[in-house]
Amino acid sequence: MHFGLTEEQEMIVSTVRNFVETEIYPHENEVERTGIVPKEIGQEIKRKSQELGFFACNFPQEVGGAGLDNLTFTLVERELGRASMGLAAYFGRPSGILMGCNDEQRERYLIPAVKGDRFDALAMTEPDAGSDVRGMKCFAKKDGDDWIVNGTKHFISHADIADFVIVFIATGEEQTPKGPKKLITCFLVDRGTPGFEIREGYSSVSHRGYHNCILNFTDCRLPSAQILGELHKGFDLANEWLYGTRLTVAASCVGRARRVFDYAVSYAAERKQFGKPIGANQGVSFKLADMITEIDAADFLTLHGAWRLDQKLPANREIASAKLYASEMLARVTDEAIQIYGGMGLMDDLPLARFWRDARVERIWDGTSEIQRHIISRDLLRPFGA
Amino acid sequence: MKILVPVKRVVDYNVKIRVKPDGSGVELANVKMSMNPFDEISVEEALRLKEAGKAEEVVVVSIGPAKAEETLRTALAMGADRAILVETDDTVEPLAVAKILKGVVEAENPGLVIVGKQAIDDDANQTGQMLAALLGWAQGTFASKVEIGADKATVTREVDGGLQTIDIKLPAVVTTDLRLNEPRYASLPNIMKAKKKPLDKKTPADFNVSTAARLKVLKTEEPEGRKAGVKVKSVAELVEKLKTEAGVL
Ligand SMILES: Cc1cc2nc3c(=O)[nH]c(=O)nc-3n(C[C@H](O)[C@H](O)[C@H](O)COP(=O)(O)OP(=O)(O)OC[C@H]3O[C@@H](n4cnc5c(N)ncnc54)[C@H](O)[C@@H]3O)c2cc1C
Ligand SMILES: Cc1cc2nc3c(=O)[nH]c(=O)nc-3n(C[C@H](O)[C@H](O)[C@H](O)COP(=O)(O)OP(=O)(O)OC[C@H]3O[C@@H](n4cnc5c(N)ncnc54)[C@H](O)[C@@H]3O)c2cc1C
Repeated sequence: MHFGLTEEQEMIVSTVRNFVETEIYPHENEVERTGIVPKEIGQEIKRKSQELGFFACNFPQEVGGAGLDNLTFTLVERELGRASMGLAAYFGRPSGILMGCNDEQRERYLIPAVKGDRFDALAMTEPDAGSDVRGMKCFAKKDGDDWIVNGTKHFISHADIADFVIVFIATGEEQTPKGPKKLITCFLVDRGTPGFEIREGYSSVSHRGYHNCILNFTDCRLPSAQILGELHKGFDLANEWLYGTRLTVAASCVGRARRVFDYAVSYAAERKQFGKPIGANQGVSFKLADMITEIDAADFLTLHGAWRLDQKLPANREIASAKLYASEMLARVTDEAIQIYGGMGLMDDLPLARFWRDARVERIWDGTSEIQRHIISRDLLRPFGA
Repeated sequence: MKILVPVKRVVDYNVKIRVKPDGSGVELANVKMSMNPFDEISVEEALRLKEAGKAEEVVVVSIGPAKAEETLRTALAMGADRAILVETDDTVEPLAVAKILKGVVEAENPGLVIVGKQAIDDDANQTGQMLAALLGWAQGTFASKVEIGADKATVTREVDGGLQTIDIKLPAVVTTDLRLNEPRYASLPNIMKAKKKPLDKKTPADFNVSTAARLKVLKTEEPEGRKAGVKVKSVAELVEKLKTEAGVL
């Protein structure tokens, strides 16, 4: 058993940390205040990430990525997680599912995404289908060699800056012993396709500057050539390529928690009340002890999940545990950090309140905490037929 | 031309330095160590000269413990071509460092040595000057601009009164100041390549240099904390206090 990072991994961590602190932190207050990432700043982050060879580093070398393994990429996500998500989005991690492109789609979508010429978003969720994705109503009807799509997606992250969207759409139904089951297909949909509209979404408490959108399909005609992977096999493709994305949520929670923790420790050491540092009271110092214990635990769960992926070991339960625990840990850590800061923790003058607000969504997206518990418990009980 | 860049492993500039309870030195256990920031500037300058076609090879050298290999790998990840580690667990004083570097220079024959003006641990500001003297080479210290000509370098120096520009004959020793450049990040491809780049290991004995201490550290103590300021009511009172209390007028 070996817990150390390789020299390369150490350097990658320190480079990304350095990048985040120098290129992203200085812009955070403005993004937080305005809710907008100025275009030039986003492009500047993208250009620098490209220059450093980090853009799309999660993709294999043969398509122009850096070919990082899951563990190393998770370390990158952990460091990026420290920063404002609206800004960090420009660092460039296209969806891994684009590896499902056929030769012709590679030229139109995969390669441009890896090069940073075209930006992607991914859409599953609908107003009436969140956790129950298969219950989606968005439907494509066959018309010759084309598909006519109608329906609505919502909560679609950064579709406002996307050039194309990877969309999951129902294309039929099959009968199973448990009743009818929708068949889902994955489509590549270009911005500007007639009948496809990307609308402004809701204003969210978490991650200002990182917008979610509503997608409307009205008799939108898509040729079969836009199908990613195989007809009716959308979820197989998602299982193959999106299996690990919950790890990126877990990793960014760990990174952000460490940033928050540094604030909490230094304040506990410096703030004096009753003639001594507040950290001299166990009421405060024991909070710190619990916080760091939980952060380390979440870190290990996350890196272990990534390691299992690299070893090609089953990792579904472990990744669900990491996502569940890390996101709930972040909620506790950000809450306690505010407690340690007292009244100042709530004020916009410090980033503590922002960390606390941002933490809230982590327990919801990429599968709610309840859905992660469902995955974990099914994995435990299914072998017993229960 | 080959450029030699010495790099030192020091306590990271973000770390709050603490003195050991027994006053024998600074606490180094579990403290983050990094490349001396002035040395990062030196590496950057060497890489820029190479990219501008003024040099063919950038060799980095560190004198220090086995862990200094990490510092060398960082320099290789920034883009240096080759590294030399002169391994010793002793605290090596500037004169011994300069003597070892002289040995490295004689073995490598660089046309230029770019040294940080000081290391942020001991702040000695001596190594570059001593090295130039030992080699009998020209020196351009506290550089904020370096231009390489056919057989000379033009160095803009940060001096007390402002900027001074001098021409020095090559080969030469240049020491770097803060405003010379902004060091780059290590790029991902260079990080991946760093491990494969050659790293030679030597010892001070290979250069016939003794690292025995010549200085004796008597005591290490924290600087006194800053005292709170006072508010004055008028300019007259300020002038009065500057004369009588501060003694600066
Ligand atoms: C800011 C933001 C960005 C997002 N970005 C994207 C995106 O880019 N693409 C995309 O496709 N989606 C995105 N989502 C959607 C996200 O994945 C969903 O919000 C999430 O899957 C939950 O769905 P829901 O919000 O409809 O809640 P629901 O599914 O309606 O759940 C409501 C509550 O019921 C609980 N619940 C539901 N089913 C069960 C069950 N079987 N057992 C126990 N409890 C249950 C849930 O845990 C939750 O507490 C985003 C969401 C947000 C908030
Ligand atoms: C929105 C808002 C409105 C307010 N309005 C008013 C107002 O109208 N009038 C007014 O006078 N004040 C007001 N306050 C101030 C409020 O009462 C203080 O914020 C509160 O008393 C805590 O003080 P502090 O914020 O300075 O935190 P601190 O006292 O610095 O506490 C920091 C942390 O240290 C802990 N701590 C401190 N001492 C100990 C100890 N001995 N043992 C264990 N833990 C300790 C605290 O519990 C806290 O977790 C307001 C505050 C806010 C946020």
